[in-house]
Amino acid sequence: MMSLIEIKNLSKTYEGGEEKVHALVDVGLHIERGEFISVMGPSGSGKSTLLTILGGLNHPTAGEVVVDDIAIYQLPLERLADFRREYLGFIFQSFQLISYLTVIENVMLPLSITERSNREQSRMAEEILERTGLKKKEKRLPDQLSGGEQERVAIARALVNAPPILLADEPTGNLDTKTGKEIMELFKSLNGEGQTIIMVTHNPENAAFSSRTISLRDGRVANGGED
Amino acid sequence: MRLKDISINNLRRRKGKVFFLILGLTIGITTVVSLISISRLMNEDIANKLDEYGANILILPRSDDLSLSYGGMNIGGVAMDARTLNDSDVPKIREIEVRENISAVSPKFVGAVEIEGKKIPLMGVYFQEEGRLKKWWKVHGAIPKSKEEVLLGNEVAVRLFKSTNDHLAINGKRVRISGILEETGSQDDFLIYADLGFVQEALNKPKAVSLIEVSAYCNTCPIEEIVNQISKKLPHAKVTAIKQTLQTKMEALDHFKKFSLGISIIVLLIGALIVFTNMMASVNERKREIGIFRAIGFRKSHIMRIIFLEALIVGLVAGVTGYLLGLGISHFVGPMVLGMKNVRWVIDPALAIGAIFLSALVGVLSSIYPALHASKMDPTEALRAL
Repeated sequence: MMSLIEIKNLSKTYEGGEEKVHALVDVGLHIERGEFISVMGPSGSGKSTLLTILGGLNHPTAGEVVVDDIAIYQLPLERLADFRREYLGFIFQSFQLISYLTVIENVMLPLSITERSNREQSRMAEEILERTGLKKKEKRLPDQLSGGEQERVAIARALVNAPPILLADEPTGNLDTKTGKEIMELFKSLNGEGQTIIMVTHNPENAAFSSRTISLRDGRVANGGED
Repeated sequence: MRLKDISINNLRRRKGKVFFLILGLTIGITTVVSLISISRLMNEDIANKLDEYGANILILPRSDDLSLSYGGMNIGGVAMDARTLNDSDVPKIREIEVRENISAVSPKFVGAVEIEGKKIPLMGVYFQEEGRLKKWWKVHGAIPKSKEEVLLGNEVAVRLFKSTNDHLAINGKRVRISGILEETGSQDDFLIYADLGFVQEALNKPKAVSLIEVSAYCNTCPIEEIVNQISKKLPHAKVTAIKQTLQTKMEALDHFKKFSLGISIIVLLIGALIVFTNMMASVNERKREIGIFRAIGFRKSHIMRIIFLEALIVGLVAGVTGYLLGLGISHFVGPMVLGMKNVRWVIDPALAIGAIFLSALVGVLSSIYPALHASKMDPTEALRAL
């Protein structure tokens, strides 16, 4: 049976003038449905590049990314956008909320381009805000929230349309230890319900929450990759 | 939530910038609306002041005699031609389709009489109609009110050594001089004006009419249309438009219209440039935000729709504001500049809709490049933090 995500011979080279930077070199990975993966490695090891390629945002120089039997980089650009909407939930470092939209509007953002009615959108957003403990603050603007609360809004936005894969980039990078731990417990609980999560982190304590850790070094998988 | 909510919320967030954006476009639309409204006022003004410019249609009997002349007083052709006009032709002129555009119809009969040994032209008119045609007449004394009274041209009074209330004998009929015209510098100075019926009788030509002067103006149809319609009613007459009378004013209006068009285009281009630069700046400021939209699955077309919706909202607001301001300016400032009084409010739905549509169109067209630019932004570059 095919894995949920299959990465084959993936390479990414950035060309800056005469200098070439090999961000990823011949990476191969299988990620199964329901896995909670931590991607670790020092700065410049290729973690963020791997995440953006998995997220359908960054075309690889070579190799293939197949998600649910779909070779995503063979899709036309607009279909690739549809793929992101249907398959992926992004949690960015430093939350990346839209400052002029309220909490509930931020959460409804991925639904705003679907056929769902306003009532349906509100229902879905309220349900996920309830789950992330922010129901009472749905009318607030992001700058009226604490860092932990903003992170929860970002998580709610990533999960609102129930995507099969959650991609998170340093989700606790801007949070204090206690709040960071709460967020990781939320991740653990989501994973317990079957959510596939791929998380880039520097923090071994966060990695301890995951079911598998993949280590990258100089653009290659050093540990936790293909058997 | 829909894309329009994102657009509206973004505009609300950038109140200051959006204000200047709307202001830029509003100035353009205000200029266009005021210039159009002022040209219309000028047009109406010309129609209203028509009687101040005198007759603009001349009706003569069809004659082969090319020497016929009114200004130079060579009236031999009229007197000798068998095909003269008639009293009964006068009411026919008021029967044409566009009769509401006729302000005066003044029939005339011209002949020469000998008074105290001097041969002097005599013109029979209806004084009421003639007075309507020649608003510039200034009379010492009064305009004749009966058949026994006449009005002397200035030069005639000098030659005959006559003054107001003196008497004259015209072909044996004694008449009183009720008034003398102030010098006009035209052929009027050389004429004796008397009632039309009196002159026809005195010259033994009952019901004969030498020429008819008509003052008419049509806002929506050319003067030629009125001329055509009169010609059909009076097939035996030669109907000619005297274009000179209104031509100068119409040419001035035409120049103003061309000038207005030029100014409108320039101001609208400036408005479009303001929208363009403001939208470009907005798109560049929102690079990160557009990256987030793209990452969570917005298509390029969704991003473009957000930008176009913003431009459309700005355009519609500027269109409404610009129309109302333009209306106010043309109502209060236009008449002041043009020296017009008692100008009524003219609310033209076509102009209102046109102004709003034009504003929205300029807004959207100026945002095409910024919208394309936004849609082509690389989400990974926009999301460096990822």
